[in-house]
Formats: sequence, structure tokens, C-alpha cells
Amino acid sequence: MPKRWIQRDEKPRRWLLSERIFKYATAAAGAYVLAVILVMAIQLGFESAPIWEEEGAEFVFGTDWNSVPGRESYGALPYVLGTLITSALALALGFPLSIGIAMLVMIMPKRLGRPLGYLVDLIEAVPSVVFGLWGLFVFRLYFRDYVEKPLHDTFGDSIYLFGGTPFGLDVLTASIILAIMIIPTISSISREVMSAVPHQQKEAAYMLGSTTFEMFRMAIFPYSRAGLLGAAMLGLGRAVGETMAVTMLIGNATGANAMVSSLFDAGQTMPSIIANEFLEASPIGLHTPALIGIGLILLGVGLAINVTAHFLVGRMVKVNEGPVH
Amino acid sequence: MFKSNVRRRLWVDKIMRGAVVACALTAIIPLVWILGTAVYSGLPVLSWAFLTEEPGAVGAGLISIGPAIQGTLILIGLSSILGLPVGILGGIYLAEFGGGGWLARQIRFFMDVFIQVPSIVLGIFAFLAVVLVLGHFSVWAGGFALSLIMFPIVARATEESIRMVPWTYREAGAALGLSKMAITLRIVLSQAKKGIITGVLLSVSRVGGETAPLIMTVVGSSVFFEDMDTPMDALPLRIWRFSLQPYDEARIAGWGAAFTLLLVIFAIHLGVRYFFMQEHGGKGLRGVLHLGRKVR
Repeated sequence: MPKRWIQRDEKPRRWLLSERIFKYATAAAGAYVLAVILVMAIQLGFESAPIWEEEGAEFVFGTDWNSVPGRESYGALPYVLGTLITSALALALGFPLSIGIAMLVMIMPKRLGRPLGYLVDLIEAVPSVVFGLWGLFVFRLYFRDYVEKPLHDTFGDSIYLFGGTPFGLDVLTASIILAIMIIPTISSISREVMSAVPHQQKEAAYMLGSTTFEMFRMAIFPYSRAGLLGAAMLGLGRAVGETMAVTMLIGNATGANAMVSSLFDAGQTMPSIIANEFLEASPIGLHTPALIGIGLILLGVGLAINVTAHFLVGRMVKVNEGPVH
Repeated sequence: MFKSNVRRRLWVDKIMRGAVVACALTAIIPLVWILGTAVYSGLPVLSWAFLTEEPGAVGAGLISIGPAIQGTLILIGLSSILGLPVGILGGIYLAEFGGGGWLARQIRFFMDVFIQVPSIVLGIFAFLAVVLVLGHFSVWAGGFALSLIMFPIVARATEESIRMVPWTYREAGAALGLSKMAITLRIVLSQAKKGIITGVLLSVSRVGGETAPLIMTVVGSSVFFEDMDTPMDALPLRIWRFSLQPYDEARIAGWGAAFTLLLVIFAIHLGVRYFFMQEHGGKGLRGVLHLGRKVR
């Protein structure tokens, strides 16, 4: 160790002061996140106040969306519903896949399982906008011709979910891309949660003569239910906030047109309406406050989902904390 | 009867194994497809001129992404300057000073939650807090928005890697009469260096691909960087703009830009994996690998 640190002891008062400053600086840096969340919520609320005053509850439950001056009317319901529908669909498609992947990684030999887990995690590294680009120029065309059209031709008349003309830019395409995007989140967390199940549980199941799948069903799933639910919630949170890929694929209908009645309808979500219209919104009038109001709803939904998810997962995974002794 | 039951159960097990493999394939195929398309359509576009020049008008020959690459580099630099000190100091607080106290637990919890806040909301926040205050779109606003994405990731990665430094190192420092600050900065941080660098690099790769918060902050532009108080281009924004144009040229240029972006991001990820993770067998730092999404 260099000498000079020891020499600093000779000036005790200064030593204490720098020490204290350092400690408070780190505490301030830590508390920064609390301040940001607080200021963000207040500021979004404050800046969107005009729209809440003007529309009141109509802003959440209305379906009109008109930014022409003089005829302004804003209702965010189609976008709230659009977000709910796409996220729920994405979760319904992505959750079983993610659990399957987590199971596979667990039953594979480590030498194979680890690279697979890593490969799945790499999906998360692909930027949203690249997912959008691929969806828009590649996936959509195949999906429209080989999945949507046959579905429409077969069930279009009988099941109204498959009505409407398949165009590729619709709720279903966006949901499928979303499902792919949330797989790494859900699968890596459910892997973590399922590995936290005590070995005795698994061994007990095996001892009773169960097959691998029965072991999962009897020992792992019941034990890790809360954690798996939390993983699903985190995936949902990711899907709710996902912007670019959805914006590029959902077709961007506005107002009452965005109330989807079929999977092949163009829709709109909360993030995508913000991404599409924020720059065009005039600073005068209510358009910008309306979009900020949607941002506020999005923030609230996002916080609520993630807080719940962390409670659920946190209860399940108890990582050994603290330093190595 | 017993025998037939066993046979059925074994069949169910086999089917489930098959289904589970199918799940993995379903997830991997899109990844391979995307990377394949990016290489197939993007690689031929790459040229020195494509990467360094200003984009011309569509139809006037080559479209280039010079300003976009420059803008992304500037944004990464700025958001690092704004976000890294806060992130690293915050991580130090969580690991060294906060312990399991009330404040530290709240901070840790809300950082995990904040990492998941929709990035477009951060963009609106930066718009309100910077663009409206300064009165114009600016590079500052974009850097601020991205730093908000960066700092919690870095903080949690810092915390995780500091926790892995053996306690005896701190005691050795204390036995030499070092102050807590000296122990933290000189001993603990130097031991945790690799983990922190990993976290920083992963947060950079995350920030480099973000589009949503840039829409209402740096907006986009087709010329090279002028000054901090004007709009600027960025690679993900440019990809989005390309995708909105109905020309084949734009589509191809979009893939060129996407290939460039993917190349950088995957280089960071693979590099991190091979140069920094091996020491710990990738185990203790798993949370860092998951982009700071470690849950507890």
C-alpha cells in the first residue's frame, strides 16, 4: 500500500470531512432515483392537467381523437384497450414458450443449456427498432400470406376475431412480435425462480417415481407459482411499454377506428400514439397535454405492474446476500 | 394396468420434452431470421461512403448514415457523462453504506422498478424537463433521457460486483488505517472493476439501441452535428425514418443501418461475455448479464 494514505491520518479533521462528503455524495446518488420518479410523476401530472380539466373521466373512457383546432376532443380509451389487448395476447403467446425454454435449459446438460439460455437472452439485445424493421419488411409479408389469409378464408365468416381484411399491419402481427420480445425477460426470470426450488422437493418427486415432466408438475411449478407469476408480470410490463416495434407494425389507426373488433384490424397503443403524434402536436391547444396524459397513464400502469412483479418475484427468490466470508 | 399407466406417463414425458424443444426453436428462429436478414440485406450496402457521408436525397444515388452514427456516439458519450457517476456512486451507496437499511431497500427496489419504466415516458420527461426549459430540441435532452436509462443499470451492476469483493479485503485495508473512502475507491472498486465495466458496456449497448426517448428530444436531422442546442440524428432514429419511406432504396439503407447497429451491440455483448465473464464462470454476475434485471 502506498504511504500517503496512512499519512492522511495526520490531519484528522479534514479526513473526517472528506469522508462525510463522500458518504453523503453516494447517498445522494442513490436517492437520485427516488427524486427522478417523484419529479417525473409530478411533472407529467402538472403538464397534463389541462386535459384532465377539460375532459375529466371522458379522457380515459372516450373514444374520440380529434386534434383539429376548435373541434378538439381527446379520448384515450382505444389506446388503453389496444395496449391491454396486444400485451395480453403477447403474454398468452410468449409465457408458455418462455416456461418451455426455461424447462429445457434446466433439464439439458449444463454444457448445452447455458449457451441456449445465452442465445435466448441475446434476443433482448436486439433493438426494438430492428424488430420493427424486420416485422415491417419481412415477417409481415410471410405472416399475412401464410397465416392471416388462410385463417381469414377459413374462419373469417364464422369467427369474428378473424374478420376484416388481413393486411399484415394489425394487432395480431404486433402481438406476435411483442411475444418474441418478452420471451427473454420471462424465461430468464422463470429460470432463476425455478432453480430456487429446493433440491429436496425435486428429489422427493423423483423418489416417488415421477418422470421429468411430472417432477416439474408436482415439485417445481407449485413451489414457484408466485415467482412465475411475477416473471409473467415483468414480461407484461415490458410489453406494455414497448414502443418502436409496435408503432411500426400495429397500423396506427386513431380515435374510434382504433377500437379493434378483429385481430386483423389496425390498432394503436399508448406508446405508439405518443411516438406517432408527439412531434406533430401543436404546443397551443390540448394535443400535447393529451399525449402527456397518456404518458402519465402509461407511467402509472408500468409502475403498478412492476411493483407487483417485484413483490412476487422477491418473495420467491432469496439470493444469499452479503459478502463472502 | 400398472404397465399401461407407465407407458402412458412415459409418452407424456416424451411429448413434453418435444414440446419444450419446440418452444426453444420457436424463440431462436426469429433471432436467427433477423440476424440473417440483417447480414443478407445489410452487409452489401456497407461502404466507407455509406458509413461516413451525409444522407443525400432519395433517388440521388447512395443514402448514407454518417450523421446518424456520429449522433449515436455523441449521445452515448453524453449519457455516460451524465449517468455513470450517479450510477456508480449509487451502487457504492447500496453496497457499502446503505446495507439492509430502510433507505437502501427502497432505493434498490425503485431502481429495479425504474429500469422497467417505459422508455418513451422518460422521453416525455426529458422533453418537459429539458426541451421546454431550454426552449428548443437539443442534444442535452437526448443525453439526459438516455442517462436515465443508464444509471439504474450501472448502479445495480456496481452493487452486485462490489458485493462479490471478499470482506477480508476491506478488513486488510482497515487494518492499514485506511479511511472508508480510500478502502472503497482504491481497494473495493479496483477489485470490482470488471463487473462494473461489464454493467457499463451493457448499459451502453442498451442505450445505443433506444429510439423512443429520442423522438421528442433530439428529433433527428440529416446533417452532421452542429452544436448541443440543435436537433441531431441517431442510428435507431434513422432506421425508423428509413422504414417510413416507401422507397426500396430506403428499405435497403435501413437494413444497412440495422446491420451496423446490431454489429456494435452484439460485439459488445459477445466481448463482455468472453473477456469479463469467464473469471466468475458467469455465475455471480448473472444479474449484470440480464441488463441489470437481477431480481431478489
